[in-house]
Amino acid sequence: MKPAPFRYVAPRSVDETLALLAEHGAEGKILAGGQSLVPLLNMRLARPQVIVDINGIRSLAYIRRKDDHLHVGALTRQRAVEESATVRRQVPLLWEAIRFVGHPQIRTRGTVGGSLAHADPSAELPAVAAALDAELVVRSPSGERALSPGEFFAGYLTTALEPTDLLTEIRFPLLPERTGTAFVEVARRHGDFALVGVAAVVRRSDGTIAEARLAFTGVGPGPVRARGAEGRLAGSAGTSRVFADAAREAAARLDPESEIHATAQYRRDVAATLARRALELAWQRSGGRTR
Amino acid sequence: MPTRWFGERIPRNEDPRLLTGRGMYVDDVRRPGTLHAAFYRSPHAHARILRIATDQAKALPGVVAVVTAQDLPERIRGPLPKLIPHPALVHHKTQVALAGEVVRHVGEPIALVVAESRYIAEDALELIDVEFEVLPAAVDLEAAAKPGAPRVHADMADNIAAHHIQRAGNVEEAFAKAPHVFRERFTMDRGSSSPIETRGVVAEWDPRSHQLTVWDSTQAPIRIRNYLSDLLGLPQANVRVIAPDIGGGFGPKIMMCYPEEISIPWAAMMLERPVKWIEDRREHFVATNHERLQIHDAEIAVDTDGRILGVRTTYLHDCGAYCAYGLTVPIVSGTTLPGPYKIPNYHAEYRAVFANKTQTSPYRGAGRPHGVFVMERLMDRVARELGIDRAEVRRRNFIQPHEFPYDLGGLIYQDGVRLVYDSGNYPEVFRKTMDHIGYADWAAQKARYRREGRRVGLGFAFYVEGTGIGPYEGCRITVEPSGKVYVATSVGTQGQGHYTSFAQIVADALGTDVRDVIVTTGDSGAFGWGTGTFASRAAVVAGNAVALAAGAVRQKTLQVAATLLEARGDDLELAEGKVFVRGVPGRAVMLGQVAAAANPLRGVIPQEWEGPGLEATRYFAPPSGAFAAGCHAALVEVDTETGLIRFLRYVVVHDCGPVINPMILEGQVRGGVAQGIGNAFYEKLVYDEQGQLLTQTFMDYLLPTVAEVPPVEVDHVETPSPLNPLGIKGAGEAGVIPVPALVASALDDALSEEGVRITEMPLSPSRLREILREAQTAPTPA
Ligand SMILES: Cc1cc2nc3c(=O)[nH]c(=O)nc-3n(C[C@H](O)[C@H](O)[C@H](O)COP(=O)(O)OP(=O)(O)OC[C@H]3O[C@@H](n4cnc5c(N)ncnc54)[C@H](O)[C@@H]3O)c2cc1C
Repeated sequence: MKPAPFRYVAPRSVDETLALLAEHGAEGKILAGGQSLVPLLNMRLARPQVIVDINGIRSLAYIRRKDDHLHVGALTRQRAVEESATVRRQVPLLWEAIRFVGHPQIRTRGTVGGSLAHADPSAELPAVAAALDAELVVRSPSGERALSPGEFFAGYLTTALEPTDLLTEIRFPLLPERTGTAFVEVARRHGDFALVGVAAVVRRSDGTIAEARLAFTGVGPGPVRARGAEGRLAGSAGTSRVFADAAREAAARLDPESEIHATAQYRRDVAATLARRALELAWQRSGGRTR
Repeated sequence: MPTRWFGERIPRNEDPRLLTGRGMYVDDVRRPGTLHAAFYRSPHAHARILRIATDQAKALPGVVAVVTAQDLPERIRGPLPKLIPHPALVHHKTQVALAGEVVRHVGEPIALVVAESRYIAEDALELIDVEFEVLPAAVDLEAAAKPGAPRVHADMADNIAAHHIQRAGNVEEAFAKAPHVFRERFTMDRGSSSPIETRGVVAEWDPRSHQLTVWDSTQAPIRIRNYLSDLLGLPQANVRVIAPDIGGGFGPKIMMCYPEEISIPWAAMMLERPVKWIEDRREHFVATNHERLQIHDAEIAVDTDGRILGVRTTYLHDCGAYCAYGLTVPIVSGTTLPGPYKIPNYHAEYRAVFANKTQTSPYRGAGRPHGVFVMERLMDRVARELGIDRAEVRRRNFIQPHEFPYDLGGLIYQDGVRLVYDSGNYPEVFRKTMDHIGYADWAAQKARYRREGRRVGLGFAFYVEGTGIGPYEGCRITVEPSGKVYVATSVGTQGQGHYTSFAQIVADALGTDVRDVIVTTGDSGAFGWGTGTFASRAAVVAGNAVALAAGAVRQKTLQVAATLLEARGDDLELAEGKVFVRGVPGRAVMLGQVAAAANPLRGVIPQEWEGPGLEATRYFAPPSGAFAAGCHAALVEVDTETGLIRFLRYVVVHDCGPVINPMILEGQVRGGVAQGIGNAFYEKLVYDEQGQLLTQTFMDYLLPTVAEVPPVEVDHVETPSPLNPLGIKGAGEAGVIPVPALVASALDDALSEEGVRITEMPLSPSRLREILREAQTAPTPA
């Protein structure tokens, strides 16, 4: 399990990185935390000619509040997010979800941008980005653009990123008052990719659900927003019954695949269970009482 | 310093070295000028090799050699040795060093590349071009056993390697007359023992001294030495095989010989340069032996009180593509199944079946988990059907302490010896376990959980484990003038703590500090006779050889010291590294002085001595195995909505006779439990219909971690074995054996409302939900 030969470059700035990416095009590959890329290299499933190691670019690692968003640099280690009091306070959903990513050792190397760019169909962070309507900021030689999750995630292990693009920042909108969030998942073992994971956001207005968002991971080629169920939840009373019905409806529309760890039916059933649990938890956290 | 080291919970001699990264594993062996090897392995489960083109690979800069079957000398081109022949094993097929005509499983080596680095070697693999004619593959065990299935070996009429029956009493009559008979089918699927250290071989040939040195992560270095000597045509004295520190063995590292164990030493000789091959994890999944897949049809006949009248099991054993090791696993299953119960009539019959998958051989437990699963599941079934408490059903059938030695009525164990349990106290082990887990008021506790909306089950399983079989092991002990004691044994060690437990035995006999006893294991250059570490036998067989050798050195010590101290041997004592006259501690000599005096420059040594110095060599050859026993119990919580399980408590009561070092023993047991939990809920090797292994990384083959394995409470019962001087029994496999049976029993209990009956292992959350659904929709079985 040794990688095929490659050239290694370690740019010191974003501009230098963009120039290198432009130079090497499809032959080049960005190396961030390496937690997904290095296994692929070693198994020779990825064989780039040039590795562009961005770990030396300090300016890409930060957690910063700016107006009504939390800005997270793409190279920010997952561990730093987990240890950040700001994240915990301002974007609790991200904080809750990131602790499901592998183990501390992996999170110490793995980056927020790397996880999103890799777009594993069972990864937690894409679902979080989807549920929060985060903005993904991409730089390319022709400039900067901000993509919505819907634009960014393009399918199984695929994103809108071109070989010449660098994901630089993720902007998480801060949530209004009386909004609760929850991330729940089922994995084979602690630290494994999710068999099914659900991110829920619920904004409350007294006993009523003002707005709800639900995003799944592990049940499709990428993160799946349950827009239909969300629409039905908005304006409904926050009762167990309502949450259960919405969860079932959301799960019924999923089209997961069977593979060695779980059947499609398992994933659909558990998606319903977890969606219900996530909605109830988010509701409670918004200050609502469950009836 | 304790007065007796045996039985003390002392830290291990080897830990400072291992924990500070100073272990010496095969990959740590660095010889100047070393070349690195990689193997081109079959991508197909079954194919004919039409053409192999290696020119491009040979031309890659840095490549030193590319070897295929036709380059091998005649004597290592054919099938490799058969390990344990058996009259029932009619088709004892074995693997070849490099496949030249047909490949029979994914991962079978076809070409060997030797290069200046492993990177270059792997680059060269991509340049090898093999043309295959893909043949139909036999994959599924049941399908492979049927007539007309694709044949793994063209010279056989079918895939049946062996058909073997063992019987005691008259089963037909017992079943015909029995008031109740219950039938079930049980399946256990394939697993990999997954040692942290994969396999590896480093070989170095010295053309001047004609000396071949091989570092091999094997559990049986002496046997590898013998086979290499034979296959390479070298005197045994010119081959030295060293099994240095081994990062886990668990059985599959005893194979004599894996293809790489012969091709790498041969390459080192041919190239006259050291060659290193370290198996990577992906190779390990396809190239190191698997185990566990067996399908048992079983039935039990009982009277109205739940007393066993007879048991019958017919099963299929999955060999994989070859059967080099022999029939140990299915034999052990059949002979472990009766366990602690009196079964007057018994019939065990199996067919060992070839399939186009990686070969199988014993892996920690080695058929015992299957036997225990079948028997304990049947006992739970009897209890449920007859409405008798499941603990009570067992009590009614236990072999009683006064009934030992207990003859199982003519069954033959894996060592070829009639199966007779030497000693045991099953009711006591069981009582202790039930007390620890709180079985007496379980019903009330379970109801309390239920009221909280929680589904918790109590499971338990009992097992008897054959350990410590022959033929023999040996040991040489030498006291040097420094006073340090050097012990060389023939067995290899893979983390079991032999550097400490053997030292404890010696320190007691010679009155030294245990840290002054330095143990060498697994080096044919240090001790040349032995069999290996398997079948929970090292402590029993080598441990007793150590005790005998230590006793002999002690006698010599007393004799020499008596002269030095002008006292009678009977009046001397050994303690604190000294020999002194009892009651007169001032009249003493250091053990080292005695050692010097035993090897004088002038004068005489006693004629009757086997040799000079404070040195002795002894062998121990037990007449038959010593039978350990134990019971595990646990509380398991199930989330029925997600199918996840969680252990709330886990209790083990274990009887392996007198315990040398409880800490080491408990570590062994806990490690085994972890492995058993893997077998029950996480670890499963999955093949597709073409014989491709879908689980080739630890992302897909799931080992339980600290997060999944609960704390394990361990307690002991000590029933000595009459078969060896120390009275000890083996414990290496104990932890793993009953876990699948226990998990099944706990799940049955937790899901009793749905009428769930677990009959297969391993499970998964997805599978468990499926079983729940099936139970809810199925009509209740008659
Ligand atoms: C044992 C183990 C368990 C794991 N468990 C989980 C889990 O439970 N959940 C989970 O989500 N993940 C898990 N992971 C994956 C881990 O989270 C990775 O960190 C993550 O998927 C990739 O992040 P990285 O920084 O390591 O990226 P890398 O591996 O360096 O890169 C991944 C991909 O993203 C690209 N890339 C990286 N950064 C950028 C960028 N800024 N712009 C453009 N492209 C970029 C790379 O070119 C590459 O294609 C696990 C990994 C391991 C080893």
